[in-house]
Amino acid sequence: MSLGITPSQTVGPYLHIGLPESREAAPGGVRVSGLVLDGAGEPVPDALVEAWDASGAFARSDTRDGGRYELVVAKPARFGEQAPHLDVGVFARGLLKRVVTRLYFPDEAEANAADPVLAAVDPGRRSTLVAVPGADGSLRFDIRLQGDGETVFFQL
Amino acid sequence: MTDDDPPYLYEPYVGTRLRAPTQTLVLLPHTKTELAEPVYGHDAVTAADADLTNRHEGEPQGQRIVVSGRVLDADGRPVRDSLVEIWQCNAAGRYRHDVDQHDAPLDPNFDGAGRALTDSEGRYRFVTIKPGAYPWRNHDNAWRPAHIHFSLFGRAFTQRLVTQMYFPDDPLFPYDPIFNSIRDERARQRLISQFDLATTIPEQALGFRFDIVLRSTPFEE
Repeated sequence: MSLGITPSQTVGPYLHIGLPESREAAPGGVRVSGLVLDGAGEPVPDALVEAWDASGAFARSDTRDGGRYELVVAKPARFGEQAPHLDVGVFARGLLKRVVTRLYFPDEAEANAADPVLAAVDPGRRSTLVAVPGADGSLRFDIRLQGDGETVFFQL
Repeated sequence: MTDDDPPYLYEPYVGTRLRAPTQTLVLLPHTKTELAEPVYGHDAVTAADADLTNRHEGEPQGQRIVVSGRVLDADGRPVRDSLVEIWQCNAAGRYRHDVDQHDAPLDPNFDGAGRALTDSEGRYRFVTIKPGAYPWRNHDNAWRPAHIHFSLFGRAFTQRLVTQMYFPDDPLFPYDPIFNSIRDERARQRLISQFDLATTIPEQALGFRFDIVLRSTPFEE
């Protein structure tokens, strides 16, 4: 039996009414923040960024603060051949369906070099998937939807 | 994502032009992360969260409706115990949101957000009012057909879906680029709820049925 799936539609500009940000920060977690940017390099203030890991731990943030999101996440463990990573989904006005990317950690150079998902990505674009360390232990991870430095997005 | 989903770039929907990715997507294998079951705090959801008409002293303006259905996967299995979130404008076509400047009245008795967990058969049910159509600035004289936004988590992140539910026989369908971004006619029709006498409450509220099908996961239930 195979039923036709229900198609996606945009989350629209009023997503905040129905999709509140996660309230509980992961204890001892890592602060991850960044901008969602459009093809003109402009911040996208009506997006929703969601992150989750292999344990199902989930966090989401909107970008009302000038296109900026902020999440506090627990850094996941390495499993199998895969380096520690988060899957990241972005919904926005103007996105008819979610984009999905991955966040890798900058202090895991060795594990990242052996990660099979990163290995499948054009070497010139891999850096879009690795967060940048901040001075205070936080991480910066900008998401460029289109154009120069476009983030690598995945087909699930 | 499947072929039944809209493309990222759909020129008639102006908002897609600077936001649609242009590079080819990289195939992501379904590993533990992609198949993880989301943990979002089930216990916080109460039965009252599914009734959008009882949040204030007075009743909201508009046609009271019951929106219910089942969440299934493509193999026909119920997607149980999963979070469904909805949001919508009021009967006059106005959202309770700073960005919405449409010159239509806010309703002091309507906020427009609800949530529910599916039961063991994948069923959900909301009580709300029928949302109005409203203008937007995509093109000259552009109006959105009446719709309710739906967000579904499913049982794995591969099943995550955000969509919109429409109402039968809306005259605005031919003019709406968001609805028409879905190329396949049969797939588009799946976003239209059906009037349902069986869930209509006598003297009280009209019933609309909206079943939702998420992609399948390799999990066996």
